[in-house]
Amino acid sequence: MRNNRSIISGIDWWTIGLFLVIALFGWLNIYGSSYSFDQTNIWDFSNRAGKQLVWLATAVVMGGIIMMIEEKAYDVLGYIFYGVMILLLIATPIFARDIKGSLSWLTIGPISLQPAEFAKCFTAIAIAKYMSRYGYKVRDLRDLTVPFLLMGVPMLIIMVAQRETGSALVFISFLLAFYRQGMTGYVLSWGVASILLFILVIRFGEMALLFGTGNLGILISTTVIHMIVLGLLIAKEKELHSGIIMALGVVACYGIGLLVNIWIAVNFNYIAIASLAFVAIYLLLQALKQRKSSMGWIVGFVLVSTLLCQGCDFAFHKILQPHQRIRIEVLLGMKDDPHGAGYNVNQSLIAIGSGQTTGKGFLQGTQTKLKFVPEQDTDFIFCTVGEEWGFLGSAGLLLLYLALILRIIYIAERQRDKFSMIYAYCVAGILLFHVTINIGMVLGLLPVIGIPLPFFSYGGSSLWGFTILLAIMLRLDAARVNKMQG
Amino acid sequence: MINDPNYNRRYVIAGIAVLVVLTYIIRLFILQVIDQSTQGKAETNAQLRQTIYPSRGLIYDRNGELLVANQPIYEVTMIVREMQNSAFDTLSFCEKLRITTIEFEERMQNMMNSRKNRGFSRYSPQVFMDQLRQEEVAALQQELYKYAGVDIRCRTLRDYMYPIASHVLGSVGEVNQRDLERNSYYSAGDYSGRDGIERTYEQELRGEKGVKILMRDSRGRIQGPYQEGKLDRDAVTGNDLHLGLDIQTQLLAERLMQGKVGSVVAIEPQTGEVLALVSAPNWDPRTLVGQERSKNYQALLRDAHKPLINRATQAQYAPGSTFKILQALVGLQEGVITTKTQYACNGQTSYPIKCTHDHGSPVDLEEGIEQSCNPYFWAMYKDLLQQDGYSDDNAEFKGHYQTWRDHVMSFGLGKKFEDTDISEQAKGAVPSVVLYDKLYGKRGWKAITIRSLSIGQGEILVTPLQLANQTAAIANKGYYITPHLNRNDSMKLRIHHTSIDAKHFDVVHRGMARVMTEGTGKWYNVPELQICGKTGTVQNPHGEDHALFIGFAPQDNPQIAIAVAVENAGFGSTWACPIATLLMEQYLTGEIKRNWLYDRMVNANLIDKADEE
Repeated sequence: MRNNRSIISGIDWWTIGLFLVIALFGWLNIYGSSYSFDQTNIWDFSNRAGKQLVWLATAVVMGGIIMMIEEKAYDVLGYIFYGVMILLLIATPIFARDIKGSLSWLTIGPISLQPAEFAKCFTAIAIAKYMSRYGYKVRDLRDLTVPFLLMGVPMLIIMVAQRETGSALVFISFLLAFYRQGMTGYVLSWGVASILLFILVIRFGEMALLFGTGNLGILISTTVIHMIVLGLLIAKEKELHSGIIMALGVVACYGIGLLVNIWIAVNFNYIAIASLAFVAIYLLLQALKQRKSSMGWIVGFVLVSTLLCQGCDFAFHKILQPHQRIRIEVLLGMKDDPHGAGYNVNQSLIAIGSGQTTGKGFLQGTQTKLKFVPEQDTDFIFCTVGEEWGFLGSAGLLLLYLALILRIIYIAERQRDKFSMIYAYCVAGILLFHVTINIGMVLGLLPVIGIPLPFFSYGGSSLWGFTILLAIMLRLDAARVNKMQG
Repeated sequence: MINDPNYNRRYVIAGIAVLVVLTYIIRLFILQVIDQSTQGKAETNAQLRQTIYPSRGLIYDRNGELLVANQPIYEVTMIVREMQNSAFDTLSFCEKLRITTIEFEERMQNMMNSRKNRGFSRYSPQVFMDQLRQEEVAALQQELYKYAGVDIRCRTLRDYMYPIASHVLGSVGEVNQRDLERNSYYSAGDYSGRDGIERTYEQELRGEKGVKILMRDSRGRIQGPYQEGKLDRDAVTGNDLHLGLDIQTQLLAERLMQGKVGSVVAIEPQTGEVLALVSAPNWDPRTLVGQERSKNYQALLRDAHKPLINRATQAQYAPGSTFKILQALVGLQEGVITTKTQYACNGQTSYPIKCTHDHGSPVDLEEGIEQSCNPYFWAMYKDLLQQDGYSDDNAEFKGHYQTWRDHVMSFGLGKKFEDTDISEQAKGAVPSVVLYDKLYGKRGWKAITIRSLSIGQGEILVTPLQLANQTAAIANKGYYITPHLNRNDSMKLRIHHTSIDAKHFDVVHRGMARVMTEGTGKWYNVPELQICGKTGTVQNPHGEDHALFIGFAPQDNPQIAIAVAVENAGFGSTWACPIATLLMEQYLTGEIKRNWLYDRMVNANLIDKADEE
């Protein structure tokens, strides 16, 4: 048994410092946003700020306990933790009370907990354990089947059984760790590309064409697909020749379409599909001929994105609930609805904007204090920062998060064993995802998806969950120093 | 991790994080530093600006008698979101307001329909029911706390002490879209003067709205005063208005005009203050207040007699024989006649205009006025216009016509009074040279062509207000003060001199006195009042003639000048003259002694005669 002194010396104090600064700043803002005219005692433990202080204190204690636990425990007990967690997630909806349509809360005596907030941590351990197996290497996507399953199972339970879309989407952040371990970058690019195509199809879907019939959104996104493919062919595969042939083929498709349109009205959706089919077949033949699997990926991209384009138009109008559709339409600027779907975001933008450069000062925000912003101390807490601390405060907080995430990446890179490194990347990914989605939503750049701001939003489960996540990483990192000394 | 082929991916991952944070910081910079528009939105968001409505200024008559006051009226407002989030007891709520649940649903739908209610928001108080009286909201007021989001607001409406003077007072109603666009003082639902002096003196009467700024949360719950009420402003009560109107004279005038179509205007000659102004038929101003306003207004709009037209200022008649007074004055001023000049009258056989009265010949000016002798005034008019003959292009003639016209217009005819507070006037007409050139060609008209003008017929048109003002100018011997309603000293300074010298008026006054003692007005004279008058019967091509009368009294110190017009009544002496003398009697002595005449005039119904047109 190594002594505790050496563990303390191995702790990354930068991370601890950033954690404490963010958490205390968060606590101040919770106090600010739940502050009301009737109640002014900051130490009143029955109010939100008082409760959060209790959560914070217990979280720090919990972190301390984690630091004392032998770091091997996580590696060894990883799958058991994971299994228990899955059972808990399945059990939760059975015992949970329905809170705003979500079945994710377990009430034990005076406290309510959200198991989903802890699931991220144990999934990260399980994934790290699997991917750090001796001899494991990510050569192609098949090697990632098990990590994908480890990631997908809790995601599915949370989304379907607990009806918590936001908490479920967070699991996507593990892709970042997979990517670092060798998963092809195409997966990430696909993610980005499919979001882009979705937006294009929806945004321009209802606009009229200059000639012929068809969906402008689909035509634009088809063109984008062609551009991406052409870019990949020429820049990545160095296939200038194939690229030119492909481009000529596409132009020919459209040319024929325009020509026929003189006599018969052409639905250009079919021309778009035809051009994509031509590209897919041509590239597939090239891939088989040259035995280049990377070109196969491009064919896959063409097929998947074609399906996506045709499918998301359908999905948007037929599958999505009206309120979800409106959220997206409002976000894309297609509809204006300041009192309906756009209310939260609109109020949030007003609150943030009114803070201006230096903010209105602590406890001086009228927007958040007067409860104009919904969920103001949980998902929309960033509004309070924006209003009371202004640009300097909110940009400062963003930089604190960036510093923390970069520090974690730095920590991850200095690990000598794969388990610690993968785990640290999972932590970085989770934090990055939360910060991106939460603040993007508050700033009106992303649709409203309710997930908390790490260490900042009110809520015991999320604070505990994030603290445990971070503490385990610090424990593993501290062990690295000991190993070096030992 | 040596030989890691994915070594560089750490930079990709770090780069993504940097990129996201950078994007967000730029977004924040635009939102918080560059875009200043959210500031105002935030203010209106968190502050509930409660308007405190001032009470509108009161209106008094010339003797300090209260004419128009205010009465409180209530409206029930509702914050839909708060109401829907609570266990709202619709049934008891309806009971308290005495409405059915069906009506409740209807009202809710109308209120929440943003097409009908443009400013609808679920988060701010919206008017659910308005125009309620104290007793109608009392039940709800007592248990208001039970109904989340519901509030009762008090406004004031006009309260009229007398059911008269509707055209003078005008009315107060809700501002329309145009007012809102033109004047930022108003917000939707505000009241403002729509017509009459309520509109003319809107600025003075309305006062200044006050504001109470309260902090509220997103549910509209009041959290307390904003900045300890430092920015609150009390409402400033509107200024009271004292009119020149004499309510007793006005009351009598309206009674005398009932059952008739026409108008009465009485002016105090020394001040130009309007003592009475009646347009008949009219309406009870109380019917254009509150809930019933729009319904009753629509009924007035549809009424065949067009009561909404202010005939006293907007109806235009030929002045008929009343015009002979001005003719005489112009003749004297231009030296065409003297007080002694006589003309022959051939009675019924006179040419080109016959005399309608039976009297001797020749006649002098006083008798000409007394007998309203048409041939006298035609002969004089011809002499006036033809004194230098007609040169090649009728220039001399036209010059004299222009002189005549200028004299006539100096009495305020042929144009609107610009410096007055009486709204909605008609111009009247004194035909110009240009008009006749157009009608008859440049050389196509001579004195004979326009002979009708000599006896106040033809193309000349006056409004009863112009007629009364012209009478005041005659009473004043050569000047008038623009007729006005507001009894305020600055108005008295708006003096206008006619182009007739004062010395010419005495003979005319004597003639007008003789009208009352020996002429067309003798049946209705009150000798002790020294009334000077002139009747007029205006030919009406569409039906029965219009009866006119102008007059003032007493002769040596005129206190009141009156013009009366009764449409389709026949002779001016029969209908217009008695009304005028009764009013003079009332105004100068404070009572009516000739009850037989009063009864006859009040009970006369000439409106059906008018309908036969």
